[in-house]
Amino acid sequence: MIARVRVSLFVTCLADTLAPEAGIATVRVLERLGHEVEFRAEQTCCGQMHLNTGYHAEARALAARFVGIYRDAEVVVAPSASCVATVREFYGTLAEGDAALAREVKQVVPRVLELSEFLVERLGVEDVGASYPHRVTYHPTCHSLRALHLGDAPYRLLRAVRGLDLVELPRADECCGFGGTFAVKNADTSSAIVEDKVQAILGTGAEVCVAADSSCLLQIGGRLSRLRSDVRVAHLAQVLESEPVA
Amino acid sequence: MSSFPDAAREALGDKQLRRNLRLATATIRTRRAAAVAERDDWEQLRDAGQALKERVLRHLDQYLLQFEAAVQAAGGSVHWARDAAEAGEVVAALVSATGHREVVKVKSLTTDELGLNESLAAAGIDVTETDLAELICQLAGEEPSHILVPAIHKNRHEIRDLFQRELGFAELSDEPRALAEAARVHLRKKFMETRVAVSGANFGVASTGTVCVVESEGNGRFCTTLPDTLITVMGIEKLVPEPEDLEVFLQLLPRSATGERMNPYTSLWSGVTAGDGPQAFHVVLIDNGRTSVLADEVGRPTLACIRCSACLNVCPVYERTGGHAYGSIYPGPIGAILTPQLRGVGQASSLPYASSLCGACYEVCPVKIDIPRVLVHLRGRVVDEHGPRSERVVMRALAWSFRDARRFARLQRLARTGTRPFNRGGVISRLPGLGAWTNTRALRTPPPQTFREWWAAR
Repeated sequence: MIARVRVSLFVTCLADTLAPEAGIATVRVLERLGHEVEFRAEQTCCGQMHLNTGYHAEARALAARFVGIYRDAEVVVAPSASCVATVREFYGTLAEGDAALAREVKQVVPRVLELSEFLVERLGVEDVGASYPHRVTYHPTCHSLRALHLGDAPYRLLRAVRGLDLVELPRADECCGFGGTFAVKNADTSSAIVEDKVQAILGTGAEVCVAADSSCLLQIGGRLSRLRSDVRVAHLAQVLESEPVA
Repeated sequence: MSSFPDAAREALGDKQLRRNLRLATATIRTRRAAAVAERDDWEQLRDAGQALKERVLRHLDQYLLQFEAAVQAAGGSVHWARDAAEAGEVVAALVSATGHREVVKVKSLTTDELGLNESLAAAGIDVTETDLAELICQLAGEEPSHILVPAIHKNRHEIRDLFQRELGFAELSDEPRALAEAARVHLRKKFMETRVAVSGANFGVASTGTVCVVESEGNGRFCTTLPDTLITVMGIEKLVPEPEDLEVFLQLLPRSATGERMNPYTSLWSGVTAGDGPQAFHVVLIDNGRTSVLADEVGRPTLACIRCSACLNVCPVYERTGGHAYGSIYPGPIGAILTPQLRGVGQASSLPYASSLCGACYEVCPVKIDIPRVLVHLRGRVVDEHGPRSERVVMRALAWSFRDARRFARLQRLARTGTRPFNRGGVISRLPGLGAWTNTRALRTPPPQTFREWWAAR
């Protein structure tokens, strides 16, 4: 029996606005596992876009807001590897020169976890009781791999899903070309990169491409949709949420 | 220089270039991965390389003076050049003083950075590049497009045509062996006849004044041994404290660069040896922006780069655009952080944005330069010093919305209603102002209910 955890959801501005199903699925998975989920309505954005585009004063203000909101949270879970990576890798830098903020960052940051990290590493859960009878390929996303070092945590979750046929994605560790404002500032290069990613996905014969970040899925799904492909994209949380049809 | 996105667009349209790059980067990537996997102490080697470079950069003033004294004690001369113009003047004067008008060159990025060939040509000095790929670029009148494989953008058919045209070979096969032989015939004559050589340096040893050049072909070895006069042009950051420190870098460099355990030729020399090799030896130490990089603590690790080019070969951007789009002799991720710092961010303000921040470069860097972090730092400098006004207005407005949940919720509703006229069955194919996205990718329409609305209603 796992101890009941009070989880504070950081849904991310992107999922909140454009992919609420990823947030909803996260809530349902966590509740199904017996945990209590809260949503602090003051939350907005972690500051990733401002940070990565060079607006560091704005990013600092959003980082300060973030740690203020979650100051007393037991654990903060986000369905986004890149947002968690922003918090973990850059909040310390953003807080430099502000001792009070630096102290808060130091307290809050270790409690901010990505969904699969929370499930597999914190809770030690791999089988979340899901059933998803589809052929699936997994895009491991750059921040999952190289910033958070999630390793095989998402794969372990997927392998425990009933009916799921997991097919390997060639050159899986390569970027999808999203990169936030990179996708617009360097639209041609970004498009060339996602084209190769999408061709690799189509080559697997998978029905669904899964990832742990709504932003990458926006990019991959956007290209698949433009190509009028039947292949869908889904957030990892949505796969984990799916229950056997009674 | 033209902006990266514009230059990239041109390169992306060149299908032959894309094929050449894809094949070449994939080959080197695989070889590097295999060579690195052989070493179970690879991470410790990286740590050691990083620590040594950090130490050198922290005490660079002392190491430079120590190096200067050691070179002089070994019979060499040391010259200092503030920038490219000074470097050109110094080297041209040194060559002219020999009475010769021809030089052979060892492959050197630093001299390319300085435009030294052009400076020497302007002084009436004839320069021959002797690295095969550098020679190909020189004959083609093109800039190198890769740090280690300068002609990576050309395939062997293109090189055969070039050699026929420029070196006067009537019949020439495009077999690699035949192409190498043609270059050998051309270069061997140059090595025998030319009395002055110019080299770069991979490393300089502070305590002994030793210079180290690593290469694969042996053409550099000809240049550093046969001529009477050798002029080494070296960036001030290239020092290591002691000879034994080379042990670390001579393991890190070849495995990272070519995927070899050891590079075929490693040349080390200290000053002048009577009756053996060049009898006049000069080192020209180059600043050309490096001291300003040194002064920026976040940017400083950029100077630790040992020019292995592993970051290029794993970069999703470089693989698609090639090196020329970076508008500098330093392409790829390292170029995206080095060039803006050497020239000033205002001179290359699009380069820090030429990355999706995927982090593949940091993962392979043998001296652990956190390139994504430096990119993000430089983006901050671009915004502070040269930010486009329209973008600033948008980003500030977004930040203002993000600082308050009610304002954010209003923005979400605005996104929903504002995109409604463009909704075609759940996707947006064209959105005014976002053509850069929608030209190649559909955008999903904001769903009828945001997450926070769902939560409030549950």
